[in-house]
Amino acid sequence: MSEHLPILQVVVPLLAGPLCLLLRHRLLVRGLATAVPLACLTIAGLLLHRVQQVGAISYHIGGWAPPLGIEYRIDLANAYVMVIVSAIAAVVMPFLPGHMGSAMVRRREHLFYAIFLLALAGLLGISATGDMFNAFVFLEIASLASYSLVALGRHRRALVAAYSYLIIGTIGGTFFLLGIGLMYQMTGTLNMVDLAHRLPEPMSPGTPGSRTVLVAFAFLAVGLSIKLAVFPLHQWLPRAYAHAPSAVSAFLAATSTKVSYYLLVRVVFSLFGAAYVFDALKLDRLLLPLSIVAMFAGSTAAIFQTDLKRLLAYSSVAQIGYMTLGVSLASVTGLTGGLVHLFNHALMKGGLFLAAACYGMRLRSSRIADLAGAGRLMPWTTAAFVTGGLALIGVPGTAGFVSKWYLVLAALEQGRWLVAVLVVASSLLAVAYVWRVVEVAYFADRDAGAHPIKEVPPLLLVPTWILIGATVYFGLRTELTAGVAEAAAGVLWESLR
Amino acid sequence: MSPEQAIAAALLVPLLGAAGVLLCRRRPNVREAVTVLATLLTFGAVASLVPAVTAGGRPGLELFEVLPGLPLAFAVEPLGMLFALVASGLWILTSIYAIGYMRSHHEGHQTRFYACFAVAIAAALGIAFAANLFTLFLFYELLTLTTYPLVTHHGDERARRAGRLYLGLLMATSIVLLLTAIIWTYAVAGTLDFRPGGILAGRADAPLAIVLLLLFAFGTGKAALMPFHRWLPAAMVAPTPVSALLHAVAVVKAGVFTVTKIVLYVFGLDLLRTSGGGEILAWVAAATLLLAAAVATVQDNLKRRLAYSTISQLAYVVLGAALANGTAALGGSLHVAMHAMAKITLFFCAGAIAVTAHKTEVSQLDGIGRRMPITCGAFFLASLSIIGLPPAGGTWSKWFLVLGAADGERWAMVAVLLAGSLLAIGYLMPVVVRAFFYPPPAAGEGHGEAPLLCLLPLTLTALGCVGQFVFAEPLYRLLAPIAGM
Repeated sequence: MSEHLPILQVVVPLLAGPLCLLLRHRLLVRGLATAVPLACLTIAGLLLHRVQQVGAISYHIGGWAPPLGIEYRIDLANAYVMVIVSAIAAVVMPFLPGHMGSAMVRRREHLFYAIFLLALAGLLGISATGDMFNAFVFLEIASLASYSLVALGRHRRALVAAYSYLIIGTIGGTFFLLGIGLMYQMTGTLNMVDLAHRLPEPMSPGTPGSRTVLVAFAFLAVGLSIKLAVFPLHQWLPRAYAHAPSAVSAFLAATSTKVSYYLLVRVVFSLFGAAYVFDALKLDRLLLPLSIVAMFAGSTAAIFQTDLKRLLAYSSVAQIGYMTLGVSLASVTGLTGGLVHLFNHALMKGGLFLAAACYGMRLRSSRIADLAGAGRLMPWTTAAFVTGGLALIGVPGTAGFVSKWYLVLAALEQGRWLVAVLVVASSLLAVAYVWRVVEVAYFADRDAGAHPIKEVPPLLLVPTWILIGATVYFGLRTELTAGVAEAAAGVLWESLR
Repeated sequence: MSPEQAIAAALLVPLLGAAGVLLCRRRPNVREAVTVLATLLTFGAVASLVPAVTAGGRPGLELFEVLPGLPLAFAVEPLGMLFALVASGLWILTSIYAIGYMRSHHEGHQTRFYACFAVAIAAALGIAFAANLFTLFLFYELLTLTTYPLVTHHGDERARRAGRLYLGLLMATSIVLLLTAIIWTYAVAGTLDFRPGGILAGRADAPLAIVLLLLFAFGTGKAALMPFHRWLPAAMVAPTPVSALLHAVAVVKAGVFTVTKIVLYVFGLDLLRTSGGGEILAWVAAATLLLAAAVATVQDNLKRRLAYSTISQLAYVVLGAALANGTAALGGSLHVAMHAMAKITLFFCAGAIAVTAHKTEVSQLDGIGRRMPITCGAFFLASLSIIGLPPAGGTWSKWFLVLGAADGERWAMVAVLLAGSLLAIGYLMPVVVRAFFYPPPAAGEGHGEAPLLCLLPLTLTALGCVGQFVFAEPLYRLLAPIAGM
């Protein structure tokens, strides 16, 4: 049984999705949809444990040996990503039935859960697979499921947001596919390990096919950057997250961009190798300025939002900038910072979107101005929001501090003190946008005529506080985050090349 | 109680006190009893460490490693011991005073007030006991965050604006400058532990040492070096007990304590001297010292005047560290205790006058000494200590500061120190003269002395100022090791 864990990680949610359609009964579906992410989390935890013990696991699907058969290859990097993805899925589950606004969804709850589980299967599949085409298939499964989840938002504008997400996302997916096609043309293989060995040495311009490899890399990098919402390819993200149901925003913000980041890191470090990407192509010269612009532009845009979910979405654009900064610093410490921030940001942003979902449930609005009086009337939700906000700022004792520590350290190690100062300075913008919300929640009084509000039930508070509590816990105990991320960064750095 | 347990208790008791305050929110008398009990227990725990530290011990407590090589750890050395004693000891008197003040003033949100106050004290003690820069930074930020609700206590537009300035300046300096300096130090030295003689010595060349020193000094916004001092006068919108304990003692002393500690245990006095960084820092401190004192002389609002006086007096401590010799460092460290006792008395008096006579401006105080002789007498004694005249404790700290400056033949600095004292006469004595010698306004006013719960603490602290003059010996013995004496 235990040797089949890599495939079970993906197959369990993939089969549970259609099963929802067959069951149809509300309680059975809910039970199934609650159990599956917990099962995924258990499997991911076991895999991570095993990988820590014995190193990378290679699983041959159907017993067909790679490179002909499809290989699932689990190492520290993707085991770590799968843990956070399935943990977030398990935690947001209680939000889904109660919070799904429209009556249409409530009547056909089983359809919703089917889509949700497919999205989960897609995200876990991207992480687990060691085969590029397989990764593309799962990327499309996850994306298509995400488009429909976004479209379920309360307002009709959600449909427009989902549509634009669909268009841009499909362009990204197509670019990714073109990149794979070009690589296949050059090497005749789709297996990642095999690809890494067979890609022609592209360092010298005279090598036959080096131009094709360059184009392949460009397609892959741009396609993934769209999915990851790297500035300036981020336009779809604020709209999609602002109009999706809050719980869906929490899930997507915490997982979907993270998995795209993982895939980008995999392509850069494992397939092409740091020597090619940074020494020959100088990707850092492009990605570093873009990351810094993202940090400032995203945070500045967040300061001027009037809608809480848009604010959090723009903050995500900025936080993705921190993650890509980690890649572009081109060192083990930098990559550690990026990977740690992947984990930490998933917790923070997931928790903050869940707090936004709590507000949305009681206030029936996500406008910041409507939060007036929430500090007193919804103390636990507001305390969760403040704690999550402090983590975004990077206050010591929260997870955000750990991320910033590694990023600044990486920049200083290379003597790039300007980058270091810009990283810490950008956190001040986070102070500004977090505190705008805090001031309204605590100091403004709720309109006399507004409908009365009270704290949300524990069923919603507990998951929110699990994520927010985790941001504090992982701000103080970092064996599982920084420890694993550092080891994973080491594995990626040595790469398969 | 073993020293480890005492450290843990000193940090935990205020937190438990805060929890107790929240639980007893419906019964004000029980709630205040919980606060007072917490203050007594905390002080007891802190005081129990004194004999060991005076005897040369350095009790410590290591919790766990947060990042590789960066544990959350505490170690008590003389400077931290002194700061912890001052903060926890004055917390007892302040909470008694706060009960009188908050009730006479009919302030709202008292539960939040006492809870945040207790957490702020825990944060201050965490700073005092921190064994490395990382732990110190953690509690430093916690102190900023927990005092924010106290500054914005009244919740009106003025308080909110002050809160923005407070949080903005303290966060901006600490994140952009201090954090950068900390990580840079880690990158250079490979450790953040406080070690006698410094961790940068031999690892950083002179230009880097100067850059780091300035990043640290300005990054510690709580030390209120100009031009990052504006948050302190802004914070005066808070209720007076907050201004008294936090913005005259715990928060600002945390700032100068941090600077002194960094100078002594991160740079070391030798590196400070040889790199030339000490000279630059000394001039920055001297400028702050004189400018803030000059500004204080023209403030009419009593609390603002005291706030600028605090900025000036804090610069004495920074100057003491920057002079880079043992005697001056001893003087600066002593000044942490002397100034704390005196400035808290002054704030207690200002609050007592505000609560009894509803007067907040210096120009309104004509003849008030006849109605409130004890309050104004206490104000006079504390003023002497700030100026540095016998029979008050401030004499000793200024004595060692001037002695240290003279030892190094830094005559300009001697002049600055003395000019600061003259300016202090200029901004404090007019208050006393008005209160005692100006005729009271014609219309009789129906108030007498301050409420007993306010009067008692301010009398005790005023006597404390005298006590510090007469019994300075134990303080000297506690601090002597840091000066290498």
